[in-house]
Amino acid sequence: MLFTQELLDQSSLLRKKWEDEVKRVVSKNPDQKADWSTVSDLGIKRIYGPEDIGGMDFEKDIAYPGQFPFLRGCQATGYRGKYWTFRMFSGMGTAVTTNERWHYLLNNGQTGLSTAFDFPTLMGYDTDSPKAKGECGKCGVAIDTIEDFFDLTKGIPLGKVSTSMTINPPATILWAMYCATADIQGIPLTQLSGTIQNDMLKEFIAQKTLMCPPEPSVKLISDTIEFGTKYVPKWNTVSISGYHIREAGATAVQELAFTLRDGMEYVEDVIRRKGLPVDSFAPRLSFFFNSHIDFFEEIAKMRAARRIWSRGMRERYGSTDERSWWMRFHTQTAGCSLTAQQPYNNVVRTATEALAAVLGGTASLHTNSLDEVLCLPSDHAVQIALRTQQIIAEETGVCNTIDPLAGSYFVEALTNEMEEQAWDYIHKIDELGGMVAAIEKGFPQLEISDAAYKFQRQIDAAEKIMIGVNKYNVENEEVDIPLVEIDETVEQEQLQRLAAVKRNRDSKRVKECLEDIKKACEKGENVMPYCIEAVKARASVQEICDVYREVYGEYRDPGIY
Amino acid sequence: MEELGKRALTGDIRAVSRLIRNIEDQVPNTHEAIKHIFPFTGRAHVVGITGAPGAGKSTLTDQLICSIRAKNKTVGVMAVDPSSPFTGGALLGDRIRMLRHADDPGVFVRSLATRGAMGGLSKAVGDGIHVLDVMGKDVIIVETVGVGQQEVDIINHAHTVLVVLVPGMGDEVQAIKAGLMEVADIFIINKADREGARKLYKETLSMMDMGKFPSGWRPPIVMVESNLEPHSFAKSVDELYEKIQEHYKFLYDNNLLQERAQLKVQTEINDALRSAILEPVLNKLIETGEFDQMVQKLLKKETDPYTLADEVAAKYLIK
Amino acid sequence: MAKKIRILLAKPGLDGHDRGAKVLARCFRDAGFEVIYTGCHNTPEQIVNAAIQEDVDMVGLSCLSGAHTYLYPEVVQQLKDRGVTDIPVVGGGIIPDRDMQPLYDAGLKAIFTPGATLDSIVEWINTNIAAKE
Repeated sequence: MLFTQELLDQSSLLRKKWEDEVKRVVSKNPDQKADWSTVSDLGIKRIYGPEDIGGMDFEKDIAYPGQFPFLRGCQATGYRGKYWTFRMFSGMGTAVTTNERWHYLLNNGQTGLSTAFDFPTLMGYDTDSPKAKGECGKCGVAIDTIEDFFDLTKGIPLGKVSTSMTINPPATILWAMYCATADIQGIPLTQLSGTIQNDMLKEFIAQKTLMCPPEPSVKLISDTIEFGTKYVPKWNTVSISGYHIREAGATAVQELAFTLRDGMEYVEDVIRRKGLPVDSFAPRLSFFFNSHIDFFEEIAKMRAARRIWSRGMRERYGSTDERSWWMRFHTQTAGCSLTAQQPYNNVVRTATEALAAVLGGTASLHTNSLDEVLCLPSDHAVQIALRTQQIIAEETGVCNTIDPLAGSYFVEALTNEMEEQAWDYIHKIDELGGMVAAIEKGFPQLEISDAAYKFQRQIDAAEKIMIGVNKYNVENEEVDIPLVEIDETVEQEQLQRLAAVKRNRDSKRVKECLEDIKKACEKGENVMPYCIEAVKARASVQEICDVYREVYGEYRDPGIY
Repeated sequence: MEELGKRALTGDIRAVSRLIRNIEDQVPNTHEAIKHIFPFTGRAHVVGITGAPGAGKSTLTDQLICSIRAKNKTVGVMAVDPSSPFTGGALLGDRIRMLRHADDPGVFVRSLATRGAMGGLSKAVGDGIHVLDVMGKDVIIVETVGVGQQEVDIINHAHTVLVVLVPGMGDEVQAIKAGLMEVADIFIINKADREGARKLYKETLSMMDMGKFPSGWRPPIVMVESNLEPHSFAKSVDELYEKIQEHYKFLYDNNLLQERAQLKVQTEINDALRSAILEPVLNKLIETGEFDQMVQKLLKKETDPYTLADEVAAKYLIK
Repeated sequence: MAKKIRILLAKPGLDGHDRGAKVLARCFRDAGFEVIYTGCHNTPEQIVNAAIQEDVDMVGLSCLSGAHTYLYPEVVQQLKDRGVTDIPVVGGGIIPDRDMQPLYDAGLKAIFTPGATLDSIVEWINTNIAAKE
């Protein structure tokens, strides 16, 4: 019990008085609207008080940072020791252009790198595939072979900077390129730090960057987890992502529940398939959340996430290492909350969302640029977004103390409610036979699809407000921000580069390497060592993915809606 | 309209799809086109596929297309999804699963909405089959809605009916009891790698032991692996296609194709009479206001439905 | 006679962000249209074949990867190459102003950008797309 009976009695007396007063006022001046709820449609009360969190146990449910259940953060020192990593997601055109952007960002005080790949790379196709036509370099950097990777990382100290790569079906290959590049430069793998997203479950649920069926997809992920555990211990081999689930239209609770259940699925698969003890790999699992526009809902979501994970790890998997109980997560502000109309307003939205992420205790953060709803961000827009983080960190004073919202009647009650609803979903998915089975039945997809449709209807009816879209619109607005354009010559340039690599490599060696990967797939061996050899021999992303597609089959989205 | 029929006979895809559209929309004079193509029908092997929603019908159809194409035969597909009873709109999503055949000129896929029809099909299926048949498709697959369990209309249109069952859906035995047992020529246990598949197999088997098979064809049970294991899935669907061909051969060898054809013809004459006789009469009655008057009379108990029907028959039917 | 407006909704290219397309599919059903949704990762050729086989009244395209400048006109062109001029193509997504005119010039009948309400899209269809005679 957080409060004495005396305090609760007192509160209930005063509350009664307050309620009477509210009734009196409302009868004369009715509220502006009947329904007050979060952007996810979670109902919010007019006020919260001691009785709303009276059932909590301080030691079991709240405690201090660095203490179970890690509601208030995994590190004892909070942001005083180190701010979150300022990690701006970037990539466009060729590897050379992206490399220039990376140097620009590092010179501006960014502390970690993050790569956006173009769609052909994300889907495991080379630039010369007919499927890639028109897509090269459009919303990320085009990588076909390790030669591109050399250009991408030119002048970047791989042993010092941490690099995140947003890559999923071909994650084994891009990570192999990173490892091989380091190896060629004489940097030991043990020094490498960074993250590969490598989370296929959320692709089946939400983003649809698909290659092979769920089962072998999870197998490849388990391969990377095993390889990382053994040889690249500072690398986060999977970034279990709620971001895309949310962008697809999920509610905050759905994002929370599906992401954590995805995490549990990976844990269960590695234990089952690889026979590794949970605490040997769980500390390297990392998470990735969306920070949407509803301020308190986001903070409560992130706090709840930490508590659910630590409880789940301890209770469901018998983990005994504290580091396995830590949920460390990256956050990105919500792309879907931005508007093409009056785009400068996006700076305000992003700042609010970034502040929520910081108050929620994120370990690393990407802030969207104001023009991202229109095109790839310009240097100037990226700079404002990065400065937003720096202002929050160094001017606002919110980092002075850890988890300043703890103990708030409202925030704690909301955190509890979201945790409870998330567990309901998690148990429901358990009943369906786990996440892979649930996906096969279309359960999370349908839940999200329902929520997305409902939200769009609410926007159309102006029951939920987006400024500039359904309120305070400007007629015939002239958008005067400079738009970054990817030159159509990028595709030609990249095609020539790829052709040159293919001409100059030892094709017999490439063939052998691909054959080795095929055998490893068929035997169920870990593919990582073979991938590293293959990329060194200049095998392309698509050539290796074609092996996966051949052995495991190609998966097409069943289109559940 | 007859022109459309002529073009359909040459395999003109636009003509074929427009003709099916006109059948669906009940455009006047569409019958003229059907009259023109009817003499050329009866060549294709029509395969029906039915089963509960989520049983994997479209995914099976997709793979079945591969098996059929591998034998160099062409395929027409009609996939039926339900219309919303509230808005009349429909989400036709079966095509997504057959996307890979979109570039294959030997495959024609058409999505149909039920538009209020009961029995798991669209009213356009009967004539639609004729159109796909005369355009030269060797095998025509008709996929039913799969919402209810009374989807037995397919028997009136298909030579071979596949009934898809999945373990763990809970209602398989009920489905069999509800009448699917009688229409099945082949049972498919889909996602056979799932828990409960053996049990379902045994249940289906014992259900059949109680059945009678006057034609001499005892429906085989084909186990199909989940499509998440693409290679074994493909292999088991190849085996399924062999069974389908065996069934067709059985019908042919035993002169039973005629029997099936008879079912279809009976349905067709029924539908045609309805549209040639009943519908015009009904329209006339509604137009003249007689229908409303009849309703009022009945409400006041001045007469009864049978007397009214006799009166209408006497007036409109030439005896 | 019971005519229904039939619409093909497709996502050309490699982009898998299907939130918008799926919301529209439901919206069209609720507006009384028959919607054939072909999902993600369609090539222009697949879309054109599907549009012809389904004899639709309109093709709706959604692509968020920036490849609309190539993919949307390609669908229009391939329809023309197949002799189909009576199936209008409309597009949606994040389309910068500078791309608008070139897309209209390429033959797109309408372009809907973020902020277009579902009702306004349905209204446009009801006004501009008549079910085929």
